[in-house]
Amino acid sequence: MARKTVEGSFAVAEAVKNCEPDVAACYPITPSTHVAEELASFYANGEIKAYIATEAELSSMSACIGASAAGSRTVTVTSSQGMALMHEAVYNAAGMRLPIVMIVGNRSLSAPLNIWNDWQDSVTERDSGWIQIYCENGQEATDAVPQAFKIAEAVSLPVMVCFDGFYITHAVEPIDVPSLEEVKKFLPPFRPAVKLDPKNPMSMGEYAFPAHYQLFRDDLQKDMVASEKKVKEIHDEYAKMFGRSYGSGVLEEYRSQDAESVLVSMGSVCGNAKEAVDQLRAKGEKVGLVRLRLLRPFPYAAVAKALEGKKIVGVFEKSYSLGALPPLYGEVLAAAADLKSRPVISSFVGGLGGKDVTVGNVLELYGKMKQGKKLVEWV
Amino acid sequence: MAEYEPLFSAGHTACAGCPMPVIFRHILDITGPDVVVVNATSCSEIISSAYPRTAWRVPYVHSLFENTPAVASGVANALRAQGNDHTKVIIFAGDGSTYDIGFGALSGMLERNEDVLYVCYDNEAYMNTGVQRSGATPFGARTTTSPVGRVHHGKEIFKKPIVDIVAAHKIPYAASASIGYHADLAAKVRKALPMKGSRFIDVLSPCVPGWGIDSAITIELAKMAVDCGIWKLVEYENGNFKLNLKPGQRRPVKDYLSKQARFKHLTEQDVAKIQAQVDEEWKKY
Repeated sequence: MARKTVEGSFAVAEAVKNCEPDVAACYPITPSTHVAEELASFYANGEIKAYIATEAELSSMSACIGASAAGSRTVTVTSSQGMALMHEAVYNAAGMRLPIVMIVGNRSLSAPLNIWNDWQDSVTERDSGWIQIYCENGQEATDAVPQAFKIAEAVSLPVMVCFDGFYITHAVEPIDVPSLEEVKKFLPPFRPAVKLDPKNPMSMGEYAFPAHYQLFRDDLQKDMVASEKKVKEIHDEYAKMFGRSYGSGVLEEYRSQDAESVLVSMGSVCGNAKEAVDQLRAKGEKVGLVRLRLLRPFPYAAVAKALEGKKIVGVFEKSYSLGALPPLYGEVLAAAADLKSRPVISSFVGGLGGKDVTVGNVLELYGKMKQGKKLVEWV
Repeated sequence: MAEYEPLFSAGHTACAGCPMPVIFRHILDITGPDVVVVNATSCSEIISSAYPRTAWRVPYVHSLFENTPAVASGVANALRAQGNDHTKVIIFAGDGSTYDIGFGALSGMLERNEDVLYVCYDNEAYMNTGVQRSGATPFGARTTTSPVGRVHHGKEIFKKPIVDIVAAHKIPYAASASIGYHADLAAKVRKALPMKGSRFIDVLSPCVPGWGIDSAITIELAKMAVDCGIWKLVEYENGNFKLNLKPGQRRPVKDYLSKQARFKHLTEQDVAKIQAQVDEEWKKY
């Protein structure tokens, strides 16, 4: 393992390379372009066997579907409009149970056109059957990559590694990148049970009548829910081998165990939230942070446990479900529904399209929450 | 002698008289079992791979309608990355996915010169969804989205010259074929198969319900389309164009058009216009 002072995108790309994918299929899009470019460089140097520079993101995901069905470890990279363009194939990949890994540099969705960070791209795909891991910083995103491949291949489900556009993709940080040899010890070679093999011909991606269709979807749902355990196990295994852990693997409780007032959020904004918690704690306020790492499958029981006994909860998210409750807020409400004494749970949506969320902004949120009445606000 | 077991087996649910399964079976007879078939959403997918059954005795994958060239690119790259340089990757797709919705993905695949043989079975409309016009629908044809009304009479635009467009990508091989000229189709598959890079064959495949024809005459009509010059047998081999068959005396297009309900509404003048267009085309050869 070598510690480098490096841009998040480059560390993530190197981690991808060290997982030895046979095929990368990519199309450039801000702010994840640097990952795609770096993978192309690895290909140019013979360090990745195949790199398909597709004509559109829909074809990137589709090429991953073909490569994965043929039995190869495969990866793509995208953001924003690219993911929206992929949508049909995103669902298809999960339905076909192909363990593709997608690196997502999170960015807003048009209109208006905007290249900066929020989570509307991948949060919009939350119902697609992909496991979604949201990372706080470059180190976590880098570490999530070998875990993602291992999880995907263990449960035959695709995995998104989501990291905030610019805030993490372009931030230069000291990052330990696990080496090829180290990853080899953690991640066994991909040996799918079923693949496109002339020696054992199978039909994949079949058409299903009403008598069967729902059985496939029911299986997908059951396996998605069950995959939470595997996400945790593989996180723990990685932590043991590399000495870095991220809460329980599904969520991180930051000074929240004895807190009365807790903010729930995800991603890079949690760095500022932790700073805000430290400042308030220094003043004697009993505040904490619950940082969600896994959005899908949603860890309802773990969230409920983390919120048990809290008086005040706020949910901060960079996403909308237009015309309905904000997605993360809705999930937290559902998770807390069966708590004996339910906290007052407020919703805050902000940071959309790169609108900065400073430590000061987070302090304001804790201030608003302190009033003890439910708020639904745009920050 | 061992009993003949086609790699595209009986028991599929294609219409009586449909030439598409015949095209698949004959092509797989030539390729043998060392292939991966990538199929676009189409009649061919629906009739061959309804869970839990399959007509395919070769590895088969279907993903979506418009992404087949990209899926095949992924398969081909994966096989080569695994050190497999022998298994052939073949696409079977209809004209809707080839000419229209998957056209961008097709162009991308051709530009990258992926090691894939692309076979379009061209029945000249969206037949799977009930006969809607595609970029492959010929001038004058009635479909449900180019209906015959008081003002407009069938499709008013000529068919996309897909083989020329594909060949313009400078791939090693692009050809047209007709199931009515089986020996020509077989020769083209034999020629294209061992080549590396992208190869493309557009095969005319008459559709019983879509064209409104007798199920007994599909192969005959596919032959007649060539004999009247409305469908040409051509190939581009490494960029060199060749006309594979020049009918000594072309049959009148009327013989071909009059057998199909999709052209029933055409007036004498309409038929004359199509004949004139075909005659004009043939001045080149």
